Amino acid sequence: MTKHARFPSPYDLPPPKGAEDWKGLYPYYLTFKDKLRSEEDAKFWFCDAQHWPSPFKPFDAITVEFAVKCLGQYNTRHYMVPPANGVEYRIHNGYCYMSPVAVAPELIAARVPQFIERAGHYFNNWDALLQNWDKKVRANIADMEAIHFEALPEAVPLEWIKDGIGLDNTYALNESYDRLIQLLYKTWQYHFEFLNLGYAAYLDFFGFLKGQFPSIPDQAIAKMVQGVEVDLFRPDDELKKLARLAVELGVDTALASGTVEEALAAVGQTPKGDVWLKAWKDAQDPWFNFTSGNGFYSDDKYWIDHLDLPLGYIRDYIVRVKRGETIERPIAAIAAERERITAEYAELLDDEARAAFEGKLGLARTVFPYVENHNFYIEHWSMSVFWRKMRELGQILHEAGFWKNPNDIFYLTRQEIRDVLFDYGNGWAVGAKAAGPDYWPEEIERRAAIMAALATQPPEPALNEPPAVITEPFTIMLWGITTDRINAWLGDDDTTGRFTGMAASPGRVEGKARVIRSASQLDEIEDGEILVAPVTAPSWAPVFGRIRAIVTDVGGMMSHAAIVCREYGLPAVTGTGNASSRIQNGQMLRVDGTTGEVTLLL
Amino acid sequence: MSAFDTRNLSGTSYIIPFDGAVAADFDRMGGKGASLARMTAAGVAVPAGFSVATDAYADMLRADGLGDEIAALMAALDIDDVADQARKSDAIRAAITARPVPEPVEQAIRAAYGALSARFGGDLPVAVRSSATAEDLPDASFAGQQDTYLWVVGADAVIDRVRACWASLFNARAIAYRAKNGLGDVGVLMSVAVQKMVDARSAGVAMTLDPVTGDRSRIVIDAAFGLGEPVVSGDITPDNFVLDKVLLAIAKRNVAHKDFELVVDRAARCTVERVIEAERRSLSSLSDAEIVAVARLAKALEKQMGCPQDVEWAIDRDLPEGENVVALQSRPETVWSRKAASRPKTGYVTGIEGVLGTLLSPVQTKQ
Repeated sequence: MTKHARFPSPYDLPPPKGAEDWKGLYPYYLTFKDKLRSEEDAKFWFCDAQHWPSPFKPFDAITVEFAVKCLGQYNTRHYMVPPANGVEYRIHNGYCYMSPVAVAPELIAARVPQFIERAGHYFNNWDALLQNWDKKVRANIADMEAIHFEALPEAVPLEWIKDGIGLDNTYALNESYDRLIQLLYKTWQYHFEFLNLGYAAYLDFFGFLKGQFPSIPDQAIAKMVQGVEVDLFRPDDELKKLARLAVELGVDTALASGTVEEALAAVGQTPKGDVWLKAWKDAQDPWFNFTSGNGFYSDDKYWIDHLDLPLGYIRDYIVRVKRGETIERPIAAIAAERERITAEYAELLDDEARAAFEGKLGLARTVFPYVENHNFYIEHWSMSVFWRKMRELGQILHEAGFWKNPNDIFYLTRQEIRDVLFDYGNGWAVGAKAAGPDYWPEEIERRAAIMAALATQPPEPALNEPPAVITEPFTIMLWGITTDRINAWLGDDDTTGRFTGMAASPGRVEGKARVIRSASQLDEIEDGEILVAPVTAPSWAPVFGRIRAIVTDVGGMMSHAAIVCREYGLPAVTGTGNASSRIQNGQMLRVDGTTGEVTLLL
Repeated sequence: MSAFDTRNLSGTSYIIPFDGAVAADFDRMGGKGASLARMTAAGVAVPAGFSVATDAYADMLRADGLGDEIAALMAALDIDDVADQARKSDAIRAAITARPVPEPVEQAIRAAYGALSARFGGDLPVAVRSSATAEDLPDASFAGQQDTYLWVVGADAVIDRVRACWASLFNARAIAYRAKNGLGDVGVLMSVAVQKMVDARSAGVAMTLDPVTGDRSRIVIDAAFGLGEPVVSGDITPDNFVLDKVLLAIAKRNVAHKDFELVVDRAARCTVERVIEAERRSLSSLSDAEIVAVARLAKALEKQMGCPQDVEWAIDRDLPEGENVVALQSRPETVWSRKAASRPKTGYVTGIEGVLGTLLSPVQTKQ
């Protein structure tokens, strides 16, 4: 790396035109402060575009705050991970930048016995604790489902009067909102209860193999550990089952056209239509709590709220079933391949190393199902319910005149929504008008314009001077940020028409590029194209049967996109930095998911 | 009594095809022939061919008093007299080559060569190699004492060379070697391997570990157009491919600029250097499918031999795509194998202690 190889300072990165007032959209503690410039510029920050690829609305900052705060608490306060505390995070021009916090070297030794006792307890009781986790998370989801927001009535219910309750409906409304936020906070605490330890055990196995086989591909290690029956793949599996059932029951023609309502009605007219409709209904809870995004944005589309999405995928699958294709994942073949790979590497080791291999593999396989499955329970299922409840509240306040569109609620921060609830209840109680309806529509319009302006400018991959070597374990494993990656970002290799990234899923293919910036563009994909996107979501899997390869700007070996691509046998190169803004629709590409290289042909 | 009388194995066939041999046949095929049969049995393709079994040689000795004549000459040998060794060697070899091959043996070789040729059309050029039963001796140089004849064409020539191979068992150095090592001549029988000459479109070497790092999870292939000798000798810069051994995925490819190739001149029954035409010089000498096929072959050989191998291979022009990658030779890799044995054992830590160690000194992910 040359002396000048550094990323810009956030203080030298102005917002795009029209977004000058962006800082007011986010909490004061999340932005870079002028007063702290020298302190902040001394740190290296990388953009987490893997989870937050586009600027997020003020309310959506809650996902950054809860997720990254809870990630940190487990390292810093629960398990006392000796060398690593949490990750500092800032918002700049609408994007999220991260900087891991190391433990001072002199404090590391004292944390070792604490870590052994605390983390050791989890490793030793993993399955029992995980069963308990499952119960906790399902109960938490049920608690969120139980919350109902209701518009304030003309009068306090008569029963409340007769029962001597002595409280009004605003009290319940405020309480429900606070409770929903608290339940979300719980959701994200649970999210990280096992995750950091899971990654750490995986990293131990990973490092051991890299020591034995310096050139072993990351994806080979992942394949040895990955599960076969994974909940994250269940939603897609359910669609495949429904497609096959439709053909078996002869309802496929009825399903083939029209809106969701029309198609379901047509199915109802067929002799065995009720059987299919029951299966369709049964699959929805919980498996349609599945987002075409990643769960971090209020405008994520969940299948259960947009049944046209799963129905569209089912229609595609029906076409393939009728062509005689096997659409189901070859579970037995995947399991056999995992065992073959594991046995063949083990065979190359001497006896002592093989014993260590077995031990570390055993632990990695114990912990890894969590790494794969939590995503469904948290990002998909829990967040599906959370966003639905928030939209319910948005609808009530919209009807009360606070804003033009129900989803405008997300242009407010979560603290501002408490203010709005008081304002709403205050007007109701006083019997006068609330202030919000005369304030928020204009303010929301102003904020929407800022958001639109922020979205015109892509993020910098990183800020300030990178360390000579990236050694922070979670940075590498969760975000795929390595010294090589950083050098590639700094290396400006675009003039050659070549991009490098993580070799995330093996195979080498050529094809036409299709650049997709959001899930809403997925239907533009044509058969045999190469999907190029800032980031992908597991729920894009239904289109994976039609594409040849995937190239993403961000993501590591264990990113959800990488896991799904390996599962579907699609070559993938992740973490290219900015391929999606440099590659044009229709350009011919060669993607080598074995070496991590993407080449522009022509 | 003749030393060879005890070896009467009549009733056994004289010809053993490499792809038809069973374990019980290996003793009668000599070291080289048995190795080719073992490779075939392990699913590794070798150039097609057959062994002329030791029984044929034994019957040759029995016929016409040849065995007795040899025994008498050997009995009179002065071990320390080099000149006498040469004289006895000449006399024995003349006695062998002067006699006709027994009729049943000749007919068997003729039929086998005919059948082999018929698979390719016309009289097939073959290599005729001696394959002694004592070849497995640790002193590898002994294996080289016997003869190899390349580009042999026609049944008469093949029979003639088979007899020459038998005779090579009695060249002066071989006699001296056996005498010095107390082997006598009883312990050594001669089989002969008859094998298709490979007209290589591309050829090279494959190692079942990374020679730079010793990483056993890699297969490294050097390849060029034409026959493999220039790759082995280092006369040209070959294409270089690196694969992961388990996934059989191509991790690196470096296609070299190749000026010339060594090719077969069928008319002259020899090899010639030829300048590669400009448009082909920078092309890869192997397709992706062929790279993987070569790696599979090397991997199978390593598994069969039980240690890392250094394999010579070729892509035979005469064979159809998909079955044209053949192994010519496989030797144990020695450099890293010795290092591995002398490397001090490190203690490994598993469980929470292992996780702790990793967190305290994490590795970098690197491709």
